[in-house]
Amino acid sequence: MAPKRRKDDDRATSLEHLLAAKEIAIVCGSGGVGKTTTAAAAAAMAAASLGGKVLVVTVDPARRLANALGLEGFGNVEKPVPAEAFKEAGVEPRGELWAAMLDTKESWDALVNMHAPDRATAQRILENPLYQNVSGRFVQSHDYIAMERLYEIHTSGDYDLIVVDTPPTRNAIDFLEAPERMADFFSSRFLRWLTAPARSRVINFATRPFYQVADRILGTQFLQDISEFFLNFQTMYDGFVERARAVDRLLHDRRSTFIVVSTLEDVPVREAEFFIDALAERKFHLGALVLNKVLPGYFLDPGATRVAQRLCADGPEVAHHVEELTTNPPQVPAVLREIGESFLNFQVVAKREQEQRAELAHVPDVVASVPYFETDIYDLGGLLNLGRQIWGEK
Amino acid sequence: VPEVLDRKLLFVTGKGGVGKSTAAAALALLAAQRGKKTLVVEIDAKGNLADFFEAGPTNYTPREIQPNLWAMSMDTEASLQEYLRLQMRLPAIARIGPLARAFEFVATAAPGVREILTVGKPVWEVREGNYDLVVVDAPATGHIVGQLAAPQAINELVHVGLIRQQTGWLIEILGDTRITGLVIVTTPEEMPVNETIELAARVEDETDVTLAGIIVNRVLPELFGRQEEEVFEELRQPAAVGALNSAAGGPAEPVLEAARLAVTMRRTRAGHIERLRTSVDASIPLLYVPYLFVRAHGFRTTRQVAEALSAELGY
Repeated sequence: MAPKRRKDDDRATSLEHLLAAKEIAIVCGSGGVGKTTTAAAAAAMAAASLGGKVLVVTVDPARRLANALGLEGFGNVEKPVPAEAFKEAGVEPRGELWAAMLDTKESWDALVNMHAPDRATAQRILENPLYQNVSGRFVQSHDYIAMERLYEIHTSGDYDLIVVDTPPTRNAIDFLEAPERMADFFSSRFLRWLTAPARSRVINFATRPFYQVADRILGTQFLQDISEFFLNFQTMYDGFVERARAVDRLLHDRRSTFIVVSTLEDVPVREAEFFIDALAERKFHLGALVLNKVLPGYFLDPGATRVAQRLCADGPEVAHHVEELTTNPPQVPAVLREIGESFLNFQVVAKREQEQRAELAHVPDVVASVPYFETDIYDLGGLLNLGRQIWGEK
Repeated sequence: VPEVLDRKLLFVTGKGGVGKSTAAAALALLAAQRGKKTLVVEIDAKGNLADFFEAGPTNYTPREIQPNLWAMSMDTEASLQEYLRLQMRLPAIARIGPLARAFEFVATAAPGVREILTVGKPVWEVREGNYDLVVVDAPATGHIVGQLAAPQAINELVHVGLIRQQTGWLIEILGDTRITGLVIVTTPEEMPVNETIELAARVEDETDVTLAGIIVNRVLPELFGRQEEEVFEELRQPAAVGALNSAAGGPAEPVLEAARLAVTMRRTRAGHIERLRTSVDASIPLLYVPYLFVRAHGFRTTRQVAEALSAELGY
């Protein structure tokens, strides 16, 4: 019996099976590895072949991606990808594809309006000069809001599958901890201390050193601004904490899965590895690993390697046999040498990639490789072509 | 526009995966090789700056890792301690115990406090004249504006107090074109180029820092001239492929296909370089670093990139 090919082993289960069984797929990985494109391609494939209503939520997409989805642009509100875009790609979709972009500011505003006890408090918070800074620059505010939006959309029950592209973070696991961190923040003693003087105008013994330092660094006025702001903000405490816990539960739910995207370059691979371990440690479901921009396998072919070496070493000799088939024989030796050298150059990179791949110790059942994007993806057809590479179809 | 290495403080940023840290390490190495006393500061807590020099882990205290070249990693808590000691003249007693947690909280609640400590340290080193050049391996494009704009933001929010007094000299040094510059690292690919163009505009609009240059990393070599490319196309015809197979004694198709891939990739990337060149101010230098077809990472790569930058800068 012929040994089973490695490629088939990699696809013991497919992304198709994975996404057919899940309601939420969170696509993560370090920056620049093609996360957004992968998320859009997976969602497009799901809409085309699994059917149902599929939503892709992206963070700061290229205008090109919007165009590829046949949209003028899209914002916080979900928009349907027009059926014509599928028709142009020659595909009759079984379901619908929707797209939304994460607008951090708008999402924070919505959250404040939802959790504030009354309109007046909501208004005070929204108008506070600190608020814009907090909503825009709050540590991990993007991470939190991405997970929060996901929760909101999921509980709306409007979609069969939601594919979420995660924000670029300094630390890939930040967003996993964002809900928890947000709950911690709102229940922290320091927040109570900070807002205590505004309530009671009494600074107790425990908080005095803190205030002395903070006062010297930041000044009383700023501290008061902060405490007033957080005093208002704290009215939303219960809602926030409850919500943050619900988001965390949803991420741990069996209906949620994580798809890690990486290239086979040194730094992204190490981050992917770190991320895979972090998911396991936190008991999240790791569904698939997508390896992007992988050089074609022929770079490792021994026969082709010998040909390339021959072209470098004996270019003129080989040229002798083919130059009459060209219109410019004197150029042939140089062209053959260039071709051979280029092959061997890229082979160095391909070998490095192969080694990186082998070093990935813990990998999920579904591992898909996507060959190097030769050109950029400009339409839904391009996205679907990419999608087919990871889907598990031949 | 002053030459990149003639400034005293360089922030190096770029989209993830474009080789930002390698470029920062290479710029610092090049400056050190040219006789400048140089400090390279790692801001992201990844702790892998040392990998680019094969130098062992770095920490908050600068360490000489190459002749003329010192390296340190940012640690906001250590920076706060130093700041309280040197700038605020706070007694040691106030610096222990719950202060670290209190600081965590204030830094979370008050936007800009963490950033100002991160940016403040390298600016302070420049102000003190401790080095000829400080190179900061800064956060990726998504975070750099917030960091560079932090002193201004603090200025608008905090009206009194010691922090307010500090922002004055920070803003002055960051805004001085002769002293401070931002270097954006990109690759000639669509998304990195988009981000570079957007960032160049945002830095101009939202910060006091000027753009010192753009490093275009991983530029693929041109395989063929025009005549050669015609010959290449002829060689891809079935009859020629057959002849090549027998002449070279093996499968020539993958080798030809590989060359076609290289040509296509080069062409796509040339378009992105062209778009970048026409989208940013013509006075901003673009420094090209070739794609390195090497096995190694680490110091070998850093040296090769430094050599390429040296050639680009006309040294």
